[in-house]
Amino acid sequence: MRPFTHLRPDTAGDAVATVAADPDAVFLAGGTNLVDHLKLGVATPGTLVDVTGLTSTAVEDLPDGGLRVGAGVRNSDLAGDPRVRRAYPALAAALLAGASGQLRNMATTGGNLLQRTRCAYFQDVTTPCNKRVPGQGCAARDGWTRYHAILGAAQDSAGLQHCVAAHPSDMAVPMLAFDAVVRLTGPDGDRAVPITEFYRLPGDDPSRDTVLRRGELITAVDLPPSPIAARSTYRKVRDRASYAFALVSVAAAVAVEDGTVTDARVAFGGVAHGPWRATRAEDVLRGAPATDDTYRAAADAELADAAPLDTDVGGNAFKVPLLRGTLTSTLRTLVEGAA
Amino acid sequence: MSTPEMLTPRAMGTPRRRVEGPAKVTGTARYAAEHPLDRPVHLHPVLATIPRGRVTAIDTSAAEAVDGVVAVLTTRDADALADTSDREFTVLQDDEIGFRGQYVGAVLADTPEAAREGADRVEVTYEQDDFRAVLDPDAGELYAPDAVNPAFATDSVIGDADAALGEAEVVVDATYTTATTHNNPLEPHSSIVVWEPDGGRFTIFDSTQGVSTTRSNVATVFGMDEADVDVISPHVGGGFGSKGNLHANVVLACLAARRVPGRPVKYPLTRQQMFSLVGYRTPTIQHVRLGATREGRLSALVHDVVEQTSRTKEFAEQTATYSRSVYAAPHRRTTHRLDMLDVPVPSWMRAPGECPGSFAAEVAMDELAVACDVDPVELRIRNEPDADPETGKPFSSRHLVECLRRGADRFGWSRRDPTPRARLVDGWWSGTGVAASAYPTNRSPGSGATIRYHRPAADGAEHWDVEIAAADIGTGARTVLGQIAADALGVDVDTVEVTVGDTAVPPATVAGGSSGTASWGSAVVDAAQRFRAKYGTDPSDGDEIEGATPENDWSEHYAMSAFGAQFAEVLVHADTGEVRVPRMLGVFAAGRILNPVTARSQFIGGMTMGLSMALHEDSVMDPRSGHVVNHDLANYHIASCADVGDMDAEWIDEEDPYVNPMGSKGIGEIGIVGAAAVVANAAYHATGVRVRSAPMLVDHFLD
Repeated sequence: MRPFTHLRPDTAGDAVATVAADPDAVFLAGGTNLVDHLKLGVATPGTLVDVTGLTSTAVEDLPDGGLRVGAGVRNSDLAGDPRVRRAYPALAAALLAGASGQLRNMATTGGNLLQRTRCAYFQDVTTPCNKRVPGQGCAARDGWTRYHAILGAAQDSAGLQHCVAAHPSDMAVPMLAFDAVVRLTGPDGDRAVPITEFYRLPGDDPSRDTVLRRGELITAVDLPPSPIAARSTYRKVRDRASYAFALVSVAAAVAVEDGTVTDARVAFGGVAHGPWRATRAEDVLRGAPATDDTYRAAADAELADAAPLDTDVGGNAFKVPLLRGTLTSTLRTLVEGAA
Repeated sequence: MSTPEMLTPRAMGTPRRRVEGPAKVTGTARYAAEHPLDRPVHLHPVLATIPRGRVTAIDTSAAEAVDGVVAVLTTRDADALADTSDREFTVLQDDEIGFRGQYVGAVLADTPEAAREGADRVEVTYEQDDFRAVLDPDAGELYAPDAVNPAFATDSVIGDADAALGEAEVVVDATYTTATTHNNPLEPHSSIVVWEPDGGRFTIFDSTQGVSTTRSNVATVFGMDEADVDVISPHVGGGFGSKGNLHANVVLACLAARRVPGRPVKYPLTRQQMFSLVGYRTPTIQHVRLGATREGRLSALVHDVVEQTSRTKEFAEQTATYSRSVYAAPHRRTTHRLDMLDVPVPSWMRAPGECPGSFAAEVAMDELAVACDVDPVELRIRNEPDADPETGKPFSSRHLVECLRRGADRFGWSRRDPTPRARLVDGWWSGTGVAASAYPTNRSPGSGATIRYHRPAADGAEHWDVEIAAADIGTGARTVLGQIAADALGVDVDTVEVTVGDTAVPPATVAGGSSGTASWGSAVVDAAQRFRAKYGTDPSDGDEIEGATPENDWSEHYAMSAFGAQFAEVLVHADTGEVRVPRMLGVFAAGRILNPVTARSQFIGGMTMGLSMALHEDSVMDPRSGHVVNHDLANYHIASCADVGDMDAEWIDEEDPYVNPMGSKGIGEIGIVGAAAVVANAAYHATGVRVRSAPMLVDHFLD
């Protein structure tokens, strides 16, 4: 565990300036992921810049009817916010499906978005990992991939850029389904990035999870008004009933009139390098009868390009039928509940 | 011989909460790493990153340069040990690597962080040899060990099982597997060791299931008198067998302590280290063949086991011994074969043998029930033996049939429709199942106990000290020994104070094999009887006496085991394959229950661990690197509270004068025996899918 300096700047601007100027510095918020990485040697920063108190801890109403969630809002507070529970129930459910009560009390909205993969090889510095050390190789590709991606993973024959990691956040999945916007402040000023563009696929640089630039700090997440989100849910399937990362998860919102799906929002967790917006599934759903056959067809459309991993240590081909079943079950329950 | 006399129960059998409970919940009970000592030195180990080969070079210069580092130990400079016959304990003695995660060095520093940083900076160069780390009967040369743990015959043959199978009207022939599992007690293995160079003494605060075992093992390894090794362990946060034997971590801490004489060396293992250094349960491949009549009466029972051991040290799990004692069958055979691998040393984990063996045996019985179209409760009753099926000895007491019947009654079994995949409720397939449990009743010689009488002058209230170096690993042993002492002396239980977990008091055998209460309690009873014989009913202040666990001559004449029956209701989600267990009931016959509060905790604790084995626990060995990939509690899943539904245990009062003066049988392990099988059997009834492996995951139930 490398010794580090712990700084508590007075303003977000000072924090940004410090991290932008020092490649050896990182932001520290709730610390529920980073502190593990310090102990494991996965992260070895020389300076921790503590941003606690530097970003909003409030959930504010926006003039357009949406909500602005401060980056410092704790997961437990966001899950309990009555406006979130009423207008975005899938988000409240996703938050409560994540981690444990103690962790949710510490974890922040900004930190949750930026948590890193729990790939067992990424977290073990004795095994090669392109995400941790670019060009080192990927131990996961032929290893234990139960919690790894089946969609959008980077595959190259040499394995030097390979990455099959999955993003672990539950919260980000409904945020993606509801077209949230991530607000940033950085050395070059403020900007807003739609969450649909915030996460990147591993491509040729698996070390980067997001489009965040050096020194940029998340200040808030905007949830746009979304009538359909009021009838939404989050379904997480995991290897035990609580306190485990998703094998697959589904955030879904659906509107049905006279037995026909008129609109839908669907995103998946546990299956890709980031939360995965299932636009192909949404396309199949819109205008189709609200039946199991439709739901399965929607899943199959999204899974057409799935590339599950078949390994000696434990592959993840099961995620294809699992995701199909989970989406079908989730949509059926959602529609039946509304009827 | 006439029937032995039993103690008259007065305190025994009454519900008493653990006496150390308030200290634990207020945080004042000290666990091994928490004892406050001046100027501690923190140890962080350097672990081998290859599974087989040797160290060719070690560079410690960067580690030594870390601020706060006090010393670095490596294979090149550690003190020589006196006894190197046990390869698990030959820590840092040579450059050979037997498994990934083996100790190759240690860094001592003024802070834990500096020690860890120093360990990260030790540069070790290896030469790696070919290795195998995954159990594979086709790849390795299987061998028969001389015996299986602890001293059972490797094989057993009665009659001609093959011929009987050939003639049987119904045959079940199936292979079952169980995953590698790690004990994972909540408190990691931890030690604080002080070396006093004047006179050469170790003082060891250790998290152990037996201070006397730690003392004798350390004395042997370091070539010392046992009297020069003090071991103190008042509270232990679980062990499940992994703290029953000494492991290399204590040897390392002792070696380190000799490097910094007079300063306490503190070494709590990280969770990750616990996956390579302190034992685990071998994976098993079990081929079971049952031959029976159409009515389900067994004519043949064959249980062939393949499992792994470590090249570093043999451990042969006694997996098939379960099948030697539970069901009647004239023709029977059990075998154990080992695949020797370049892996960490397997060891005891709650009900070694019976736990994985009962999974195969009890699922096979369920398959036989289906094949014969006989109710699975009735099938077991039909195969109840008159005497121990292998030794022919009568059982000192056996009430499996009563457990099955009472459990069936309590569980509502008579309403059960045997048809599988016939109940879909709110999207979940629902089913129920049954399995038997059994665990041998053990009692070990070798414990002593001191009883001392006090009559304070001021208020005249009498007070009794009971001292025995037993281990209370959270089971309530301290509390129960007080109840036993009270009844053996004929005094109020509140006047008895029990001291355990310290080599300053008479030695005790390990808390293992569910033998603790029987062994230690027998020593306490012996001391109490000697006390009364010597001092009568009006002793003087300070009178004391020592007793010891007597041999049990009755074990020559009787087979001794506890039995039980478990029932479960299982739900499997029709779309996702998720498995839930809303209801689980165990009914046990385990002699006299000495304390209903702590006994219930033991039973449902064992059942919960079996549920966890059935649904979750799976140490994933990567064959390319030879290490358990999911080596933390985020990735190695144990049952969470949300996985445990209505879990209940009850018992049948059983009077057995032959086992020990208390009439008690061990209860720490039987709860896990059969627990995974009952979940699998209920899952079959729910879904029609027969899962023959543990854990059962969503994968098994997806189309």
